[in-house]
Amino acid sequence: MKGVNTIMEEDQLKLTLKRLAHELIENHFPFDNTCIIGIQPRGIAISDFITQYIQEIHPEVKINYGKLDITFYRDDFRGQIHIPNITDLPFSIEGKKVILIDDVLYTGRTIRAAMDALLDNGRAQKVELCILVDRKFSRELPIQPDYVGKSIDSIVTQKVKVIWGDEKRVILYDSM
Amino acid sequence: MQLSSKHLLGIRDLLPGDIHLILDTARQFKEVLQRPIKKVPSLRDITIVNLFYENSTRTRISFELAEKRLSADTINFSASGSSVSKGETLLDTVNNILSMKVDMVVMRHSATGAPHFLAQHIPAAIVNAGDGINEHPTQALLDALSITEKLGTLQGKKIAIIGDIMHSRVAMSNIYLLTKMGAEVTLAGPPTLIPKHIKDSFGVNVTYSVEEALKWCDVANVLRIQLERQNQVLFSSLREYNQAYGITRKLLDTIDKEILIMHPGPINRGVELDSDVADSGQSLILDQVENGVAVRMAVLYLLSGRKDSTS
Repeated sequence: MKGVNTIMEEDQLKLTLKRLAHELIENHFPFDNTCIIGIQPRGIAISDFITQYIQEIHPEVKINYGKLDITFYRDDFRGQIHIPNITDLPFSIEGKKVILIDDVLYTGRTIRAAMDALLDNGRAQKVELCILVDRKFSRELPIQPDYVGKSIDSIVTQKVKVIWGDEKRVILYDSM
Repeated sequence: MQLSSKHLLGIRDLLPGDIHLILDTARQFKEVLQRPIKKVPSLRDITIVNLFYENSTRTRISFELAEKRLSADTINFSASGSSVSKGETLLDTVNNILSMKVDMVVMRHSATGAPHFLAQHIPAAIVNAGDGINEHPTQALLDALSITEKLGTLQGKKIAIIGDIMHSRVAMSNIYLLTKMGAEVTLAGPPTLIPKHIKDSFGVNVTYSVEEALKWCDVANVLRIQLERQNQVLFSSLREYNQAYGITRKLLDTIDKEILIMHPGPINRGVELDSDVADSGQSLILDQVENGVAVRMAVLYLLSGRKDSTS
């Protein structure tokens, strides 16, 4: 990996995720008609953290939390097979408010696929989008996030990666 | 990651990694089939022809349903009622269909090797839905999915394949798949229906006692007696076959463990399998049919996504 820039250190990353969780609480508490859905595979670490954090500060609420795989809905699978992950939606989304969570918003194509996948599971009342890193000015579809962790400027040859292991941080690097 | 082959002609050509990939993908498609809208748009730009030169109920419906669940366009072709009866050759028929911009061919043929022949002459991806007495790969894959759902893995499991081994493409594909995945295989049936050299060629056990095979195995895959392929007398009567080699409740009660019973269908009730066994709780027959759709979706999805599959 060349030209690696750390755009978020672990402390800031956690702080940002907690802020996002508080924004969700502000708009959706007590989550009785809302469900949180992480997008497989890379949105799950983020959505796990946010959901757990909400649960810690409000142990009394029951959050409907699911995972959505979008592999079969992609528009770019011709040419590169993506291995499907598990979709786990243990509730109906019919008439509910849905918060989709993913790590990076870039072209918007993943979210387009996620909306198609989601709506095949029922008619949600409202769908919102929560994103950790928004790569500005790079959209190929008219999709905008409702909750943003951090907005960054980047160019096409760069990539953003959320590292979520023992060490956690967000990096921007050259893919060429 | 993708399949190592452009076609699915047989299990023989697959690597263990391919089999894992197909089964893992099929498990995700099973989840899709539980949803209110049991359809995904993956193959909406693909047209598939189902070319059936031989009769079929399950396989054809299952393939067609799999194609529709993937949003592919489908054409059904059966040899009866087509220009095949006017003498058109297989290659001419297929080339004419392909010139109408068809991307994939699912085919069943009574001649062994028919899909392999086509694969050398046409650009489209081919899925073998059964060729003569050679292979029926998707059946073996759905059998494997059904077994792993119940037993977790194939590694080290004991599978008995019982009945008409000689005429069975299901048996061939199962033997290839199970041995590749590390299961132990025993073939059982009358000596006239088990080819002589199969033991040495494939590394399987052979017994002529069905009772012995049942006592040994975790899963018994019972095959249909294929009377339409037998042009000589290989056993004296169906009644006698049932008494000597049929799976009956009485026989199962004599063994002290509950084994799983599978059958690729259609069942000759009261010949190779008695009704009270086929319809019992230890039978996986309807699970097999259900898994068939998911497995075929996985195969079509994975083949259609290969870089060289569509131009």
